[in-house]
Amino acid sequence: MTSAALVSPRLYGVFAASVLALFAASLVVGAGSGTAALLLPSRLPRSLAALLAGAGLAIAGLVMQTIARNRFVEPSTVGATQSAGLGILAAAVFMPEAPIVLKMAAATLTALAGTALFLGLARRLPPTQPLLLPLFGIVYSSVVGAALTFLAWQADLLQFVEIWMNGEFSGVVRGRYELLFAAALMVALAWWAADRLTVAALGPAVATGLGLDLAATRRLGVVIVAVVSALTVVVVGALPFVGLVVPAMVSRLVGDNLRASLPLVALGGAGLVLAADIAGRLVRYPYEIPVGTILGVVGALVFLWLLWRGQHG
Amino acid sequence: MIVVSNVSHRIGRAPILTDISLTLEKGGVTALIGPNGAGKSTLLSLIARLTPLQAGTITVDGLAVATTPGRTLARRLAVLPQDSAIDARLTVTELVGFGRFPHGAGRLTDADRAIVAASLQRFDLGDLAGRFIDTLSGGQRQRALVAMAHAQATDYLLLDEPLNNLDMQHARALMRTLRELADTERRTVLVVLHDINHAMAHADRVVALKDGRIAADGPPAAVAVPDVLERIFGYAMRVVDVDGDPVVLHHR
Ligand SMILES: Nc1ncnc2c1ncn2[C@@H]1O[C@H](COP(=O)(O)OP(=O)(O)OP(=O)(O)O)[C@@H](O)[C@H]1O
Ligand SMILES: [Mg+2]
Repeated sequence: MTSAALVSPRLYGVFAASVLALFAASLVVGAGSGTAALLLPSRLPRSLAALLAGAGLAIAGLVMQTIARNRFVEPSTVGATQSAGLGILAAAVFMPEAPIVLKMAAATLTALAGTALFLGLARRLPPTQPLLLPLFGIVYSSVVGAALTFLAWQADLLQFVEIWMNGEFSGVVRGRYELLFAAALMVALAWWAADRLTVAALGPAVATGLGLDLAATRRLGVVIVAVVSALTVVVVGALPFVGLVVPAMVSRLVGDNLRASLPLVALGGAGLVLAADIAGRLVRYPYEIPVGTILGVVGALVFLWLLWRGQHG
Repeated sequence: MIVVSNVSHRIGRAPILTDISLTLEKGGVTALIGPNGAGKSTLLSLIARLTPLQAGTITVDGLAVATTPGRTLARRLAVLPQDSAIDARLTVTELVGFGRFPHGAGRLTDADRAIVAASLQRFDLGDLAGRFIDTLSGGQRQRALVAMAHAQATDYLLLDEPLNNLDMQHARALMRTLRELADTERRTVLVVLHDINHAMAHADRVVALKDGRIAADGPPAAVAVPDVLERIFGYAMRVVDVDGDPVVLHHR
């Protein structure tokens, strides 16, 4: 709706250039014998996967925060990620031979249900206590996560759950990562609905007064969150904190008008995950540390810093 | 024309509004007054379909608010809720720009931008245009919210205590702006006020609510009467004549 004129075009340029540089670095950095040309067939899918998953997760976090009107939630703290895990588990048990797209659909369905249930329950919380929502979210996610672990143990599939819940790009291969292009589709969907999402963030009274169909906008948001969560869990595994940290930093830079901030959030998410994956290849060279582990540490630190800055700055 | 017929509202089992009927003709400023808890905000929210209607009907230009699509209504009626706690970080210009949301399908047109600029100007927000609203003072933020409702450019403007947090100068300016909108653009303004003298000075009509019922309704001169005021507010106050205008000494 409003122009993005306030945000200097240079900022977009800086973000885009950084992502490009990281993408290039991701193609050449890391252990492995042979020339770059030999490595390219495996590095290209890996780098694209990091880029798409990062952008998608950051946008999913932004959308979740917008429809929940709370800066402290993201897909893995509203039960979306864990619910997606339930879906793949069900698919692994009941239709082990099914193509990946079907498993993906199962994960999306359960993620939709899990996120919608979270929002439905969250509506009973008093809005005057903003930290209650993330707290409830963490409990809720843990309960769903525990159910996932228990069911997986029953089905003797526990080691798969560990893979789904801790993201890693070294296993990314052709024929699988292409699913992540659907994450780009979700980013486009969020961009298309950017004004409606921003109006939803103004609160039910103002949004209704402006004629927004709040329920429909929330549903759209839940779809974006669920699809992105399911995609990342199925293809690379859960990546924590991306959806929390990136929108928070961009909000400080340019504010919460999604029309202006959304491209920066997408680029920021892509850059963060690419950087974390590169770091994971270098920290214990020639061995690799899963990107989920790196993001857990870095993301938690950045998030604490943001919380602290929010109080003191 | 806004027509409220036989509207009653309950929260739990407590009656909040009881059998309210009210017609607002097109054009003019109507002040809604009454003690805390009288039901003013509830009535305003019902008219603006922010709260679902329980009993009775409300129409705006013949459109039933209960069934008319939100967007259609948002092009005719703008509302400033009593406490619109906005914690999104938007600049004043961005916020006021969202007043154009019901009219457009996406980007602001040049015409939209002109309307936004006029609203910023009208509410003395020129110097604050680029500021994030979370950095504004209470009164500045209030003016930005009123400007957003104004930028919606609707025939009907419903404002719940717009003078909250405003200093004397800006309160007077806002009331005069409302008067001007009614006089020069035939807009219909319904405004909840606690400052009864502003109501007397600027409104064409004063409607008083008490305990969820209409306790008085008429031109300012008919309401600015000690007996009537005591019935509404529960204590005696003097009304003096200053150059032909009634002034209520409610504070003594
Ligand atoms: N959620 C609620 N639960 C119970 N009672 C409520 C609720 N919301 C409002 N009320 C009651 O409804 C009545 C009318 O409230 P309303 O906000 O319409 O009053 P008002 O005239 O706008 O008052 P004020 O001048 O204080 O803004 C009050 O007695 C209030 O306590
Ligand atoms: Mg009120």
